[in-house]
Amino acid sequence: MFEFLLRMGDTTLVLGHRVSEWCGHSPVLEEDIALANIALDMIGQTRMWLGLAGEVEGQGRDADALAFRRDAWDFRNLLLVERPNRDFGHTLMRQFLFDLWHHERLSDLCLSEDDRVAGIAAKCVKEADYHLERSKDLIIRLGDGSAESHQKMQAALEALWPYVGEMFSDDTLDSEMSEAGIAPLPSSQRPRFDKALNTTLALATLTRPENDFAQLGGRSGTHTEDLGHMLATMQFLQRAYPDARW
Amino acid sequence: MVTEAQIWAWLGEVPDPEIPVLSLVELGVIRQVDVGQGVLVKITPTYSGCPATSVIKLDIEAKLRENGVENPRLETQISPPWTTDWIKPEAHEKLRAYGIAPPIAGQPHCPLCNSSNTTLISPFGSTPCKSHYKCGDCLEPFDAFKCH
Repeated sequence: MFEFLLRMGDTTLVLGHRVSEWCGHSPVLEEDIALANIALDMIGQTRMWLGLAGEVEGQGRDADALAFRRDAWDFRNLLLVERPNRDFGHTLMRQFLFDLWHHERLSDLCLSEDDRVAGIAAKCVKEADYHLERSKDLIIRLGDGSAESHQKMQAALEALWPYVGEMFSDDTLDSEMSEAGIAPLPSSQRPRFDKALNTTLALATLTRPENDFAQLGGRSGTHTEDLGHMLATMQFLQRAYPDARW
Repeated sequence: MVTEAQIWAWLGEVPDPEIPVLSLVELGVIRQVDVGQGVLVKITPTYSGCPATSVIKLDIEAKLRENGVENPRLETQISPPWTTDWIKPEAHEKLRAYGIAPPIAGQPHCPLCNSSNTTLISPFGSTPCKSHYKCGDCLEPFDAFKCH
């Protein structure tokens, strides 16, 4: 259960931090505000997942301790969300692929037999719904936009595609969660994801990559180099000044 | 012995930190008040990451202490999740007068000229709970409460 909650909370934490890196740097003011708001939602959701993880673990660690005092190999986030921001199109494509998965995942978790998980999911899914609407809209506008925006969105899709499969890969922990009625197998979401993805990509005139090779490891603690760099920035204060408070 | 009704009345005087024309009660974030074993107030956040949540707790605690309530307990309750349906109907008019279009299903009306000829500029506005619109008639930009 603890590991399962880390997978949810670490994924929203890492994406929330990545998205927050855009604050003050976005191409237009409205997008800057939108990205900051999305990052805020992600961090808020993280508080709930990691807060519950700390409770379940029972070792006295709260959400902050879990976020700021663990090393890269202890993180259980999806590899997709630790990918660097690169250009704006790349950031949006990562967000879109994530939102599509996240929305399905949370919708399923609303039916969890664990009331605490269902409660958090019900709170988060409303936000995820809103994020997905925005992501879809922008993917269609930029994919079906100018020659340059189309080319950038297609390049982003191809670069991020190897990280899509991990969202739907099952392991022993997933089987345990599924048997306990806490969370359905991630693979069970794939058909719904594919259907929604294909619809949006068609409207965006983007081509779905054919090679479904998937990079795995994030959910069991094997990360790309980028996560370590991100954590070095994110955790600096608590590492340099342990227990510092506002 | 303080009554639940008294606590509700005090909380009705605490303004929301982001939208001060509304009280926390009108915003629908106070879910429960209990005076059984000391004072307990259950609060639900509007959005999970809303930075106003911690200020809200601080304001509630200050208000209760100011009225002689010792050590009030404040708990966060996330389920059922907050919805704009919990914003009291009388609060809609206050929001409009303050320049924020109240949460309604469908196209928001301009809070200044009441025109329904409005366009979404950005799904995210100045706070997590609002989106940004423009009026096609009086041309003023405005914030609209997201309806959900």
